[in-house]
Amino acid sequence: MKKLLLGNAAVAQGAYEAGVRFVSSYPGTPSTEITECMATYPEEEVFVEWAPNEKVAAEAAIGAAIAGGRAMTCCKHVGLNVMADPVFTDSYIGVGGGAVFVVADDPGMHSSQNEQDSRHYARAAKIPMLEPSDSAECLAFTKAAFDLSEEFDTPVFLRLSTRVSHSQSLVEIGGREDHPLKDYEKNIAKNVMMPAFAIKKHVIVEGRTQRLKTYAKTSPLNRAEDNGGKIGVITAGICYDYAKEALGDRVNYLKLGMVFPLPEELLRDFAGKCEKVYVIEELDPFLEDACRAAGIDVIGKQIFTLLGEYTPNGIRKAILGEDPAPSVAVEETIPGRPPVMCPGCPHRGTFYVLKKLGLTVSGDIGCYTLGAAAPLSSVDTTICMGASISAAHGMAKVRGKEFAHKLVSVIGDSTFIHSGITGLIDIVYNKGINTVIILDNSITGMTGHQDNPTTGLTIRKEPTRQIDLITLCRGVGIDRVTVADPFDVKEFEQVVRREIAADEPSVIIAQRPCALLKSVKYSGCASVDAEKCRRCGMCMKLGCPAISRDPGSGAIRIDRAQCNGCGLCQNVCPFGAIGKEGD
Amino acid sequence: MKETRSIMIVGVGGQGTLLASRILGGAVIRLGYDVKVSEVHGMSQRGGSVVTYVRYGDRVYSPIIDRGGADVILAFELLEAYRALPWLKPGGKILVNRQKMDPMPVITGAMQYPERIEEKLSAVADVTAIDALALAEEAGSIKAVNVVLIGLMAKQTDIPKEVWLDTIRTTVPPKFLDVNRKAFELGYAKA
Ligand SMILES: Cc1ncc(C[n+]2csc(CCOP(=O)(O)OP(=O)(O)O)c2C)c(N)n1
Repeated sequence: MKKLLLGNAAVAQGAYEAGVRFVSSYPGTPSTEITECMATYPEEEVFVEWAPNEKVAAEAAIGAAIAGGRAMTCCKHVGLNVMADPVFTDSYIGVGGGAVFVVADDPGMHSSQNEQDSRHYARAAKIPMLEPSDSAECLAFTKAAFDLSEEFDTPVFLRLSTRVSHSQSLVEIGGREDHPLKDYEKNIAKNVMMPAFAIKKHVIVEGRTQRLKTYAKTSPLNRAEDNGGKIGVITAGICYDYAKEALGDRVNYLKLGMVFPLPEELLRDFAGKCEKVYVIEELDPFLEDACRAAGIDVIGKQIFTLLGEYTPNGIRKAILGEDPAPSVAVEETIPGRPPVMCPGCPHRGTFYVLKKLGLTVSGDIGCYTLGAAAPLSSVDTTICMGASISAAHGMAKVRGKEFAHKLVSVIGDSTFIHSGITGLIDIVYNKGINTVIILDNSITGMTGHQDNPTTGLTIRKEPTRQIDLITLCRGVGIDRVTVADPFDVKEFEQVVRREIAADEPSVIIAQRPCALLKSVKYSGCASVDAEKCRRCGMCMKLGCPAISRDPGSGAIRIDRAQCNGCGLCQNVCPFGAIGKEGD
Repeated sequence: MKETRSIMIVGVGGQGTLLASRILGGAVIRLGYDVKVSEVHGMSQRGGSVVTYVRYGDRVYSPIIDRGGADVILAFELLEAYRALPWLKPGGKILVNRQKMDPMPVITGAMQYPERIEEKLSAVADVTAIDALALAEEAGSIKAVNVVLIGLMAKQTDIPKEVWLDTIRTTVPPKFLDVNRKAFELGYAKA
């Protein structure tokens, strides 16, 4: 049966067909839907979970594989940084049941804080890496990855990119294969990585890479397409599709489905039959460098950029010198439309207060990162998940008490559990006085509503023990823990003023659920009483997309199609000029 | 031989562009075409510009559409139609919802919402503009804007009306089926 599937859904289907028994991940765009899709398969066949962070997820998957079941973990590119520690050593240990680590890169940074090229990890950790081009390959390569993992006793990376993860294309669906649980036997030489054993294992890993190279030479994952042209193109992943679109059958292709390790002989054979060879790959010259190291003269980053996503037009221009199709230019500069906090977003109340108080805000990653943008313009720093707390600790220590009293960290509930709690422990242990605001909107918002340990539900929406943030913070030594509603702006402001003034560490839990949650039932639409409104613009300072000013009259308007009646603007209006429609 | 047809759907995160591209993709495969749909998930769904591409034909490679490559641009919002204009193929068609949503730079007063966009688009392209919000309300819910616009787009494809209706039936929740069917018809009648 042929189905139109998202690349991510096809990876899930592939894993299911390959008999995967255990999947543990932490969400991250563009990888999230793989694990979400996994949770649609029967729980008797596959255990699926959201882990608190990627390191825990990878370790759980590694354990499941050691115990004999096929296992998978999925993350976005920066998630791989978090899980790098167990991954590097699992390369030495290898597997029992097959282990697949899926990593989705984000060229163009559609939803990311950097543009790292995760292929470098394959080389650094000496783990083979497959890279599909479309949904059909997502399915096939995932299955191949599990088989390779068991055949070569190694975890295997599956590398995706946003356009592969988030494009739908046709896929042939199959049934689940039977891969019984492998026997578990205690084997310390294999599974205990202390120096005496690891030294021996490293030798095995190097030998394995050589064997994988031999395999790669004839593997169907790597495929040469001889179209009788003089130009050769070496490419992989989504760039293969762009190249085919741009160059058609005018050139020869070496499409690499396995991007590490690379079969030098195959590369040389292919290049030997062409007059000129181009390497087309987004981000870093990973394939290109390998070609050069193999003594092959190729053209790559001399003509292609290291930045962002490629397009067929760009490739056509670079290789054939053909101008892109004619297009209409827009002469005037038109306003951009960056992402914004949704109408009704609880974070808006928090940032309104922080801006008003003029505090330094050590930020983090989540929907609340948008608090950096105008008009809320509150956030000072965003580094990586968890850094809001630990970085603020460093700031406070280096600049002293006075600075610390005007500094807060903001961090979401999911991010706090991911890696914020360790920073908080650092503050307590090393006698900091910081104030941390946990933005508890009862969900992992940014990545599209995943449950987490603070929501009380599992990925399959089963009730589970809910972590109590208050007890957690008290448990690590925070005596001052306050819960406050960010929409009660007056009260919230007082709480913040009080807590930052204290000479001991404190936590404020800003509690109000995400407006997009089904359980949140705001009603009606805000409306402006033209008689009472003095057009002072206080409501506009909220940066709510539903509130705008009529360019002609200067009157405040509220867009009915966007307003959900959350009431925050009513709370900040000094003249009581905003009510609900129909009131 | 079916030459690849490229349809670009643009709008503001939260407007339901994703459903539109999924319904289009679903309708196209019923005719046996190869198809690729490139979606947007994650950050820009939070009220930012969103762009999805649908391409179908005998064999489709690239899931994205380049500048100058779209046969049809279906825009859920005026400014987004204007932003997408360079992607239109010469001779291509723009279908646009007259709705205006101020982006943040306009709300903060840093920039102005461009004037007379519909006029500017019509000067360089074949444009059909409708008030999809009003039609959706007429159908029974302002949330059905996306299906009104799908109705408008339907005539730009060689996909029979029954296939569209059938795809909608299998894509939307049953309790919204009546509203959506009505919304489709209202949009279809405007094409
Ligand atoms: C290491 C890492 N993993 C995953 C992500 C993707 N990601 C960005 S924000 C976020 C979680 C946001 O949830 P939360 O902290 O609850 O804040 P909210 O978006 O709900 O406001 C995730 C998973 C990331 N940026 N970095």
